[in-house]
Amino acid sequence: MTPAIEIQRLGKCYGALVALDNVDLVIQPGEFFALLGPNGAGKTTLISILAGLTRASHGTASVMGYDVLSGYREARKRLGVVPQELVYDPFFTVRETLVIQSGYFGLKRNDVWIDEILHHLDLTEKAHANVRALSGGMKRRLLIAQALVHKPPVIILDEPTAGVDVDLRQSLWQFIRQLNLQGHTIVLTTHYLEEAEALCNRVAVLKQGKIIALDSMHNLVHSTRGYTLEFRLSSEKLPSGLQAWPGKQDGCLHSLKIKDSSEIETALSILRESGIQVFDIKLLQPDLESVFMKLMEADSAGSA
Amino acid sequence: MTGFYTLFYKELLRFWKVSLQTILAPILSSLLYLLIFSHVLANRVQVYDGVTYAVFLIPGLVMMTVLQNSFANSSSSLIQSKITGNLVFVLLSPLSYLEIFLAYISASTLRGLMVGMGVYAAALLFYPLPLQSPLWVILFALLGSALLGVLGVIAGIMSDKFDQLAAFQNFIILPLTFLSGVFYSIHSLPPVWQLLSHLNPFFYMIDGFRYGFFGISDISPYISMSVVLCCLIVISGWALWMLKSGYKIRS
Repeated sequence: MTPAIEIQRLGKCYGALVALDNVDLVIQPGEFFALLGPNGAGKTTLISILAGLTRASHGTASVMGYDVLSGYREARKRLGVVPQELVYDPFFTVRETLVIQSGYFGLKRNDVWIDEILHHLDLTEKAHANVRALSGGMKRRLLIAQALVHKPPVIILDEPTAGVDVDLRQSLWQFIRQLNLQGHTIVLTTHYLEEAEALCNRVAVLKQGKIIALDSMHNLVHSTRGYTLEFRLSSEKLPSGLQAWPGKQDGCLHSLKIKDSSEIETALSILRESGIQVFDIKLLQPDLESVFMKLMEADSAGSA
Repeated sequence: MTGFYTLFYKELLRFWKVSLQTILAPILSSLLYLLIFSHVLANRVQVYDGVTYAVFLIPGLVMMTVLQNSFANSSSSLIQSKITGNLVFVLLSPLSYLEIFLAYISASTLRGLMVGMGVYAAALLFYPLPLQSPLWVILFALLGSALLGVLGVIAGIMSDKFDQLAAFQNFIILPLTFLSGVFYSIHSLPPVWQLLSHLNPFFYMIDGFRYGFFGISDISPYISMSVVLCCLIVISGWALWMLKSGYKIRS
């Protein structure tokens, strides 16, 4: 099967700054893929190279088997990109913007599809409003609509929910999930790790231009084994039976690392025997955020 | 073709939606030039026998307006799109650099010609203007507006800020236009200035254009045509190279 996106030894330097360092990545059709990393990790550079907005210093990139340079027309027809910046052309209405964008892709009569995306993105009422008059969230949705006019099989969203209301975010994700179910490959970058965790099947974590983790969401999240058991106790001092357990303490709030759930019972019985009252218990499962933080720490420790 | 046509149409719509500023205002200011200069200089200057100064001035003013507006169109559209960031929509599309080039130039040419025709039509209401060979008029109007449209593309791509574009306009385009013989025949100049005028490509556009109206010119329209055509080819090559290499727009 032709990969949706294939990147080989891709590099980009701005003078002495290495924005991307020999990145290899293959994304299969139908994947819901998250590209994560701190600011300046190279996510936007990677997307820009795929979109033809930036030229790579070396290496190759292709979309649905078409090289982004030598086959740029075919590659771009198969790619929809939602840029990170809230850009718009103040001369036009919402509908004009979409008709023009369709035309750039060689589509003359695209009204049925335009109506459909306007409806899905809740912009139908604003179809004849000037783009300038839209709120930030609406401008964001228009950007998504623009990326979809040519029904691209691969859709890249660079921070699509930055600055979007919570309820709107939900409907946006619903729409994007639906696109994914229809067979579109989705690649997204986001700062909201819980969103990535809920939506994406696979993740690449970038740091300083390199991929430092690439795995399925499930494997990555469960790569840190064990849970955290959080107690609020009547005492600041842990009973001697628990003092050797790994964990940390903040006043009466104690967090203990445990390997599996059987240890919960052990901990509770030790507490009961020593007569310490338990006010509150929380069992924290590993999540993407903790994994992400760990990856960032581990990597800087390694490079230091 | 649809891609090229759409970008052309978008560019056209862009200036048409603000036509008060992009079409009517330049027509008005050219007519003011005509009114003032022809009134002040009416009995002092006669360039060609049997041609009043006002009538001599009209083709030059028409051409000047054509050139300035062609330049303004592509350059301001590009810099606005760059600064607001919406050029990204064109860059993300499968449009080739040649299509992008042709769309911007065609829209610039069209705006230049529209404004030029406006000035011409308005001037005709007040002054009888001969029209010896319309083909030369059309040819030079087309070549001149295209050339300035291309220069506008180059200036728009090279400028990062509005004041850089303004500098391009004020320190290059404006002096070259004013010193090209819009308001005078270069035969009235001292020899040094005559020589310098021959190095100014704008001079050939104005001179050839004027030939179409009067059948008289400082130099042969064939030479002017060749010079303008050569400039157009060289400048277009430069602009196309910029667009192809992604200079300043695809980092």
